[in-house]
Amino acid sequence: MLAIQVLLIAVVLVVGIVLVRSTAGARHQAVRRLLLGALVALAVASILVPTAVTAAANVVGVGRGADLLLYGLVIAFLGFVVSSYRRARHLEETVTELARRLALDEAPTPEQARHHEGDGPVQD
Amino acid sequence: MTTSAASPTPSPPRPAAAGFDDTWVVVPLFCEATVIAGVVQGLREQFAHVVCVDDGSTDASADEAERAGAVVVRHAVNLGQGAALQTGIAYALRDPRTRSVVTFDADGQHRVEDAAAMVRRLEDEDLDVVFGSRFLDRRTELDRLKKVVLRAAVVYTNRTTGLRLTDAHNGLRVFSRRGAQTLRIRHNRMAHASEIVHQVGRSDLRWAEQPVHVLYTDYSRSKGQSVLNSINILVETLLG
Repeated sequence: MLAIQVLLIAVVLVVGIVLVRSTAGARHQAVRRLLLGALVALAVASILVPTAVTAAANVVGVGRGADLLLYGLVIAFLGFVVSSYRRARHLEETVTELARRLALDEAPTPEQARHHEGDGPVQD
Repeated sequence: MTTSAASPTPSPPRPAAAGFDDTWVVVPLFCEATVIAGVVQGLREQFAHVVCVDDGSTDASADEAERAGAVVVRHAVNLGQGAALQTGIAYALRDPRTRSVVTFDADGQHRVEDAAAMVRRLEDEDLDVVFGSRFLDRRTELDRLKKVVLRAAVVYTNRTTGLRLTDAHNGLRVFSRRGAQTLRIRHNRMAHASEIVHQVGRSDLRWAEQPVHVLYTDYSRSKGQSVLNSINILVETLLG
């Protein structure tokens, strides 16, 4: 296996695990920002000195700098998908808690309900 | 018809609520206006306390349920069946007299006498959870694809939870107060069925399965889950 394949697979797995385990803590946010920063730096470098990025790509066994950038993008995108899924889940749990609390507070209490129930359907 | 292993004596017809004053029946409700009144009335023949959790229905479901004699708890927005179940269970637990909680589908596919037999069994055998199962006997007729998917779900759930269930996705269940308190349903949509089994598996709750008859009418079939939805359930379960 090529060095780049090993490296990329490792990075994909690590990013995946880190982001899946992420509990929205400051440390994980920092890691995400660092990765994003690295990608931005790579992108800028590829614009300014395409040959340098290609040289870097060659070192790890990739033909062109553009390909290296693409790999980086794929990883960043995967990270984005996972982290936004996590964030959406978290938000959904918050909304659920709020809606549940509201629903329960607006409903008649079980004691009131027992009082009303009597022994037949409610007539109105 | 009822083949309850525990209570072979058929229950005589009783006036409302005579036997089950300590039981709340939780019915998650979403757009079932045409059938919900009949379901609630059927339940109220044996269970005094029925709470419908209206999950943001856009039709007259909530009013119909209320008119038929259920307490209605209204979600301001649609959250999903799992969320509605958890809300209904939370409501039942607010009642200090609650000793057991039944979950019952709104589309009329469950039978009230099955629910009553399960509550009696819970009390007689001092259990915490009684799961209804379509597959303990041969009464329930399913089409082949649905059967295959449900069986696969059972195999998966049994592998991952250590429980030995024959039907992991049946909406008819009975919980003791302690059983209901143990539940924390976090999956708002359909993955909650496996989640409930998981949580029971992790706990020290005493559980049993009871054969029930699921009535597949054209109505419930048309409202039922698409088989494709099992993929969503699997993904939601795996991703947490």
